[in-house]
Amino acid sequence: MRSDTIIAIRGLTNRFGKTIVHENLSLDVLRGEVLGVVGASGSGKSVLLRSIVGLMTPSAGEITMLGTDVLRASATERAAASARTGVMFQDGALFSALTVRENIEAPMRERMAIDPETRRALADLRISLVGLPPEAGDLFPAALSGGMRKRAGLARALSLDPEILFLDEPTAGLDPISASDFDSLLNSLRAALGLTVFLVTHDLDTLQATCDRIAVLADRRVLVTGTLAQMRNVEDPWVHSYFHGPRAHAVLVKAGC
Amino acid sequence: MAEAIPVSPLTLSGPVTLATLDEVRQRIGPAATGAPVDISAVTRLDTAGAWLLGSTGRPVTGADDAQLMLMRKVQDAVLSGGAVEQRAAPHRAGDIPAAVGMAVDRFLAGTAQSLGFVGLVMARLAGTLAHPRRLRLTALAHHMQEAGLNAVPIVALMGFLIGVVLAFQGAAQLRQFGAEVFVVDLIAVSILRELGILLTAIIVAGRSASAFTAAIGSMKMREEIDAMRVLGLDPIELLVLPRLLALVIVLPILGLVADLAGLFGGGLMAWIELGISPSQFRTQLLASIGATQALVGVSKAPVFAVIIALVGCQQGLQVKGDAESLGMRTSRAVVIAIFLVIVVDALFSVFFALWGV
Repeated sequence: MRSDTIIAIRGLTNRFGKTIVHENLSLDVLRGEVLGVVGASGSGKSVLLRSIVGLMTPSAGEITMLGTDVLRASATERAAASARTGVMFQDGALFSALTVRENIEAPMRERMAIDPETRRALADLRISLVGLPPEAGDLFPAALSGGMRKRAGLARALSLDPEILFLDEPTAGLDPISASDFDSLLNSLRAALGLTVFLVTHDLDTLQATCDRIAVLADRRVLVTGTLAQMRNVEDPWVHSYFHGPRAHAVLVKAGC
Repeated sequence: MAEAIPVSPLTLSGPVTLATLDEVRQRIGPAATGAPVDISAVTRLDTAGAWLLGSTGRPVTGADDAQLMLMRKVQDAVLSGGAVEQRAAPHRAGDIPAAVGMAVDRFLAGTAQSLGFVGLVMARLAGTLAHPRRLRLTALAHHMQEAGLNAVPIVALMGFLIGVVLAFQGAAQLRQFGAEVFVVDLIAVSILRELGILLTAIIVAGRSASAFTAAIGSMKMREEIDAMRVLGLDPIELLVLPRLLALVIVLPILGLVADLAGLFGGGLMAWIELGISPSQFRTQLLASIGATQALVGVSKAPVFAVIIALVGCQQGLQVKGDAESLGMRTSRAVVIAIFLVIVVDALFSVFFALWGV
């Protein structure tokens, strides 16, 4: 294991009845990198993310995150590790009974003893950091557009100033302009905050614009990891068609690979 | 975690983060002299720390490139954010009348909306009766099982216990006059005429009105109702009519089940407590109570069924996008359905009394 490994997954197996999603999967995420995870629908990208953040218990394997063995650690240790991570779900998963500001304050309220004024100021700061207008803080999630919900979800994920950020399809369902805004937002936040980002996506533009490394999930394991340019030379038929298809071509030509 | 300790007048060290925010603030807060703050010894700086340094308004020295970038980013965000201060509106003299007026207005609008819904359902019902093949038989059978068959055990148990309680309490009173045998009349009239069907309707309102609201409401939240509309399917015909007809069919049957269980429980208790044998009970029952009593009770059932089904479905269709409104509508459906059932039962009593039945 390298010294700058922040998440180490070893021999992960996930089974649902007779369906095997992951078998003996291993993956390292390095500190400070943006790792893009791609794979066909049903290849277990979201299951992998849910296993790491502790939403489901894998059938077998070992996951070490921030030096904590998340599967065997006590509840307190797990909570301490998860306070240093932030998760943004696909559609934001905002609490519908709370306003956007209350959503962002919720993790601080539960995990930290901060006076209400500071909490509010920090929530407003997060709202502004992710590019939401100040008025959005008082709105309920039902009143937000899809893009705003995603930004609000990101703001909540950033609430505790995490070291690792998990993003589940952050640009799915966004128009191309909002999607590329999101990419540059992610880049600037990552540069300023020194985040490590675990990014599940289908979006080739996002992969090209934000990711340092790409991990391809196929055949129940991580088939290959590497930079976007290295992906072009992988022989596997799925990887080949993914990174040589017409959509990929347009993106990669633009990027000059 | 190491504490942020000011080494020389204003030199910070250790982490300056969300977790150490209070300590750092205490160290630099009181001495707001405008002297620069040196952060070259700070090991970790996050957005909360950068925000705190920025909010003191003092020059910051010794920051490395990443820290400078973070502070600039946070400063930009604070400036572009602007403060939307929320002030509670002061109370004014007109507030209470205005609130009353709005409540009345909402009530009238709600009533009009409910009447509109009843009319719409009746129109669709007429359309379906004219073309019976449009009726969804599978859905009808499913709801009859859910709201009817599956409710039989609880309804029978409830009826049995009511019969037992009535016989027991009635016996204690009637024994004082030596009129024990009239406990049969007491049980029969109260159960057949009132309690059997009323309590059955209340149980079904609690079981099925809430189930209808929750099912239709969550379909509304997931845009399934909108999908039906754009596919040219009528949600009233698909969702409301099968539930309505199912309840209209099963509620009288459930009422009869409750009646029988109540008579059985009452008869059992009369036998144990007062020594009225089953054959005596039967003779007294047939002699004093006509079929009218049972018919009066059961005749109310379809009306209660319509109330329960319509309230449940209508509340379900009112659900908005958030989880809170689903819960609110579900509880409201149960309360309104039970309330209306009791009100209508009272109206029935007046009506039957005037009619002389």
